[in-house]
Amino acid sequence: MDGGLAILARLVETKGDALLTRWRELLLEAGASGGGRIKDAELQKQCREFLQALGTALNAGVDARGVAGPEFASARALLDEVSRSRAAQGFSPRETATFVFSLKGPLFEQLRDQFADDAVTVSNVGWEMSQLIDQLGLYTMEVFQRSREEVVRRQQEEIAELSTPVVKLWNGILALPLIGTLDSARTQVVMENLLQAIVDQSAELAIIDITGVPTVDTLVAQHLLKTIAAARLMGADCIISGIRPQIAQTMVHLGVELDVVSKATLADALALAFQRTGRTVVRKAAKG
Amino acid sequence: MIATRDETLAIRHSDDVVRVRQAVRGEAIAAGLGLVDQTKIVTAASELARNTLDYGLGGTARIETFTDAPRRGVRLTFEDHGPGIADLDQALTDGFTSGSGLGLGLSGARRLSNEFTIHSVVGEGTRVMIARWK
Repeated sequence: MDGGLAILARLVETKGDALLTRWRELLLEAGASGGGRIKDAELQKQCREFLQALGTALNAGVDARGVAGPEFASARALLDEVSRSRAAQGFSPRETATFVFSLKGPLFEQLRDQFADDAVTVSNVGWEMSQLIDQLGLYTMEVFQRSREEVVRRQQEEIAELSTPVVKLWNGILALPLIGTLDSARTQVVMENLLQAIVDQSAELAIIDITGVPTVDTLVAQHLLKTIAAARLMGADCIISGIRPQIAQTMVHLGVELDVVSKATLADALALAFQRTGRTVVRKAAKG
Repeated sequence: MIATRDETLAIRHSDDVVRVRQAVRGEAIAAGLGLVDQTKIVTAASELARNTLDYGLGGTARIETFTDAPRRGVRLTFEDHGPGIADLDQALTDGFTSGSGLGLGLSGARRLSNEFTIHSVVGEGTRVMIARWK
């Protein structure tokens, strides 16, 4: 008797059309088109191509590596595409996994029809088939997960660029309001923006406001120190503002010393900047 | 003493450090720590999580929350299977670093916590436990 996978290969080959029809029905029933986000024609194309790839892989024989082996390269490439496009379109994990898992039903039905009087073969081949589909399903989920993480990472990069504007407060006085986490990639952007702005505006003072930074640890402190040192080399002095009481206490315990003038609020820092540049702010006498 | 909540997070990527910080902040609030204590334990967690990532080549952070009497607070355990620390005294000296940081993370984390224990075996890994009580 042939191995289970060989039987399966023949099944996929000979009953391809029936499998396809039934699979598509199940997919539509399960809502795997995501409420019309995937066109019926596209879904059908994905199903057909996947069945073909699966047939090819099964014919080539499965080795110990299972679906990770070279025979499954084209099937995997197809699943890559399927789960990536679904991740990008905002499908849920369940909707994505259903694509593969719902193939089990039709395969099992065909198997049962073909070996109606041979329960042992049905259960043996069924078991192998089930394991294979499970592996493919898990693979799909891994790719889906990775794609989602890529989306998140891209969004993080976008946020990092958006949230580091350098603001001109006055002639020669710049402010850099920092918000959120200062991981290294973002700090790089911050530094570049600030140094460029110092050149563009021939600024002599830059106020770095850290009111919006929730945690100041040694890495953040180190980034600040480097930024300040670089600004100094370009002839601009920095003032740090927005150090909240709890952050100040924590920094003292950490042993971090910011060798720079700091003020509690941005307003205080601006007042100091005015003073340093020889400006005074005077309130107009109230009328009457 | 039994922890009310006990979770373990993986540290494999720099994003995980942020995640650990956020989780610790949430648990510190749940344990009823004040703003200063919250900030201290979160900052210490940030230092140790980054050490786990940078020097321990990744590992785990275990966060235990104690919300019932007699003690309220959080206890954190950072564990890695990295190269380990040969000279603990040196590692705990302010300003010493084998990398490119300020050399204040480990010693600073000790000053920011109520309890601090470190156990390291060269070639096997490092485990640091800190706690902050109310």
